[in-house]
Amino acid sequence: MSTILKKERLSESIWRYRVLAPRIAKKRLAGQFVIVRPCSTSERIPLTIANADAREGWIEIIFQVVGKSTMLLGALSQGDELCDIAGPLGKPTHIEKFGRCVCIGGGVGIAPLFPIICALHQAGNNVTSILGARSAALLMLEEEIMAHSNRLFIATDDGSKGTKGFVSDVFKSCGKSGDIFDFAVVIGPAIMMKITSALTLAAGIKTFVSLNPIMIDGTGMCGGCRISVGGETKFACVDGPEFDASKVDWDELLKRLRSYKTFESAAREKHACKVAGAQ
Amino acid sequence: MTPQPKPATRVPMREQKASERIHNFSEVPLGYSPEEAMREAQRCLQCKKPLCVEGCPVNVKIPEFIKLIVAGEFSEAARTIKETNALPAVCGRVCPQETQCEEKCILGKKASAIQVGHLERFCADWERENGPFILPAIKPKNNKKIGVVGSGPAGLTTAGELIKEGFEVTIFEALHEPGGVLVYGIPEFRLPKEIVRKEIDYLLKLGVVLEKNFIVGKTATIDELMREEGYDAMFVGSGAGLPSFMNIPGENGIGVYSANEYLTRSNLMKAFKNDADTPLIKGKRVVTVGGGNVAMDSARTAIRLGAEKSMIVYRRTEAEMPARTAEVHHAKDEGIEFHLLCNPVAVLADESGFVRAIRCIRMELGAPDDSARRRPVPVNNSDFEIECDVVIIAIGNNPNPLIPRTTPDIQVTRRGTIVAGEEDGRTSKKFVYAGGDIVTGAATVILAMGAGKIAARSIMEDLS
Repeated sequence: MSTILKKERLSESIWRYRVLAPRIAKKRLAGQFVIVRPCSTSERIPLTIANADAREGWIEIIFQVVGKSTMLLGALSQGDELCDIAGPLGKPTHIEKFGRCVCIGGGVGIAPLFPIICALHQAGNNVTSILGARSAALLMLEEEIMAHSNRLFIATDDGSKGTKGFVSDVFKSCGKSGDIFDFAVVIGPAIMMKITSALTLAAGIKTFVSLNPIMIDGTGMCGGCRISVGGETKFACVDGPEFDASKVDWDELLKRLRSYKTFESAAREKHACKVAGAQ
Repeated sequence: MTPQPKPATRVPMREQKASERIHNFSEVPLGYSPEEAMREAQRCLQCKKPLCVEGCPVNVKIPEFIKLIVAGEFSEAARTIKETNALPAVCGRVCPQETQCEEKCILGKKASAIQVGHLERFCADWERENGPFILPAIKPKNNKKIGVVGSGPAGLTTAGELIKEGFEVTIFEALHEPGGVLVYGIPEFRLPKEIVRKEIDYLLKLGVVLEKNFIVGKTATIDELMREEGYDAMFVGSGAGLPSFMNIPGENGIGVYSANEYLTRSNLMKAFKNDADTPLIKGKRVVTVGGGNVAMDSARTAIRLGAEKSMIVYRRTEAEMPARTAEVHHAKDEGIEFHLLCNPVAVLADESGFVRAIRCIRMELGAPDDSARRRPVPVNNSDFEIECDVVIIAIGNNPNPLIPRTTPDIQVTRRGTIVAGEEDGRTSKKFVYAGGDIVTGAATVILAMGAGKIAARSIMEDLS
C-alpha cells in the first residue's frame, strides 16, 4: 500500500520520504497536504506534499524530527509501510502569471515552498527565492530550488552559508538594491512568517503565507486548526492552508501553537528514554 | 387456563454505580441477563396492529423478535431484527426509543412502555457472544457498482441493504477508522468501540469493501468515481462534520474545543488512554456549552478524564434540552453541574492565552420561537463569570462542505445541506443519493439509518 520507496536525509534532523500513493499523486496540486500516521497509536500529522509524480504514482513528504510522532515516522525504513496516509487536503495554491515573484522559505518551511516555486516558475513568473536556516547543515533543497528559480539567495543565522542573518535581512537588501516584486509567498515558522510578511506587505507586495496550526482530521470536522483571518474564524484545513498575510492574526496563531508544549516535551522525553533503554 | 398476569413494572437494567463509573470509560448500563430479558419480554401485549413498528424509522419487527425472546430463541430474535436493521447493538444503545417505538407502545398508556431498546441490545449482544453466526442470504451478483461516501450510520445501512441484493458496494471513509460519529463522537461509556467494530466486520463479511483514508471530493470526486471508475450510483452520507462556534470574544483561546475536537481527541485518537500520542487538555474545571446529547457526552467525558468540576451551561431550561432524558439523568448522577438559563458572552484567557473563565449572562424565557420552544432573552446587567480551564462548545454542527464544493451540480440548501427527497433519497444529480446529517443537519443515528434504507430502495429501483 503506502510503501516508503526511498528514504533520504536532507539535513541532520530532516528526512525526505518518497511514498507510493498513486491516487494522491494523480490529484495533488501545489500547496496541498496529506495526513500521515506512522503507526496505529500515532497522532495524525499534517505534511505538505513536496513533490509528486502522477505517472509513477508517488508523492514526497519532508519532515523534521521534533517530537515523538515525527521520531516514530523518522524511525521507519525504506520498504516499510505507513500506517495511514490521506489526501490531498487543503486548497491548492492560486497560481497565475504575477510577474516578479519572491518566494521566502525558512527552516522546514522550505519543503512546502518548493512545489509553489516550481508552479510559479512553470507559469512563467520570474522567481527570486530566498532560503534561510539556522546553519548550512540545516538547509535543504538548495539545488532543486535553484533549478526552478531565476535567482537564489541564502541566509543562515550563524553565517555558515550565504548572508549571516535572517531571510528578512536578505529581503531588505533586495529592496535597497532596487528590486521590485509583484507577488510574495512566505513559508516557515510562524514568527518568521509574521516578521517577514510585515516587510513584504510594507513594500506593497501582495503576500501569501501557508499556516501550520495544530490539526487533527484535516477535513473540517474538528475545528482545532481554526485561526482568525480578517476578523473571521477560518479552518486552515479546508479554507487554507494559504491565506493573505495582511489579514492573519499572528499573535493568536503563535499562542495556539503553544497549546500542547508541556505534553510535547514530556512525550518526547519519555519516548527518547524508551528508545535509549531498548538499546 | 387464565393467562399469566402481565407485570406492570419494567425490568430495570443494571448500571455501574455513578461513584465508580466516573473513574472509568466502561459502559454504564450493564445489559440484561437472559432471565431479565425474558421477564421484560413477557410484558409485551403482542398487539395485532403493532404501533411500535410504525414508530421505528426502519420498522424493526418488534413484536416478532420479542416473542422469540419469550421463547428463549435469542439468536433467532437477533436475526429477526437484522432483517430490517443492520446495526442492532448500536441502536439498542443510542436510539431515542422513548420518542419512537416506546412512545407508541400501548402499555405506556396505562403503565410503562416495554423497553424495546434494552431488548434489542440484549439480542444483539447475545448473538455476538454466543452465536450461531449465520450469514443472511445474498442474492447473486448483479454487476452493479455502488459507492458509499462515509461509514457512519447512514452509509453502513445503505451498504448493508445493497450488498444483500447483489450489488458490489465500496464504502469510502475519510478517517483512519470506519464508523463515523459512532467512533469519533459517541464515547466508549455509551457505545463501546468494540461493538461498532464487530458490526462493521459483519458488513465486511457480507462482502462490502472499505476504503479508509479516502476523502471523496479530494482523493477523487463523485464525478471521477462515476465516470472513470465505473460506479453506477453513489450514496452520500458524509455527515454534519463542521462544528459551529458561538463567535464570541476569546473563543480561539487555548483550552476552547469544539465538542467534535474534544471527543475526537478522546474517542478516535484515544487520548483517554495513557498510551495514546494525541494530547488533550483535560481540565480541572470544565464548562460545556449546549444542551444536547453531544453536550452530555462531553461533560461526562470530562469528569472521567479527571475534572474536579464538570459543568453544563445552557441558555434555556431543562425542559427544552434536546438531550435524551436518560442522558441528562446519567449526567446529574455523575455530579455534572447544570447552569441553566445562562448564555456565554466571552471566554477569558490569561496572558499566555490559556482559558481562565467564561463570562455568561442570565437569560429568561420569552415567546415561543420557530422551534416552538420559548425563546431565551438576555437579562440586562446580569453578567457573571465561571472559573474554568477548558470550554467545550457543543452547540451543533454544520454539514461538511467537501462534497457540495466539489460536486457543482448537486443542489444544496442555504444552510449547506444536500437537497434529497425525504421519501426516496434522490438528489438533483442523477444516480446520486444522500441521507443522514448531510441532508437533515445534525440529527440521530436511527434517522440516518432510516434515510440510508430509503436511498438503498431507490437505488435498487433506479438501477433495475
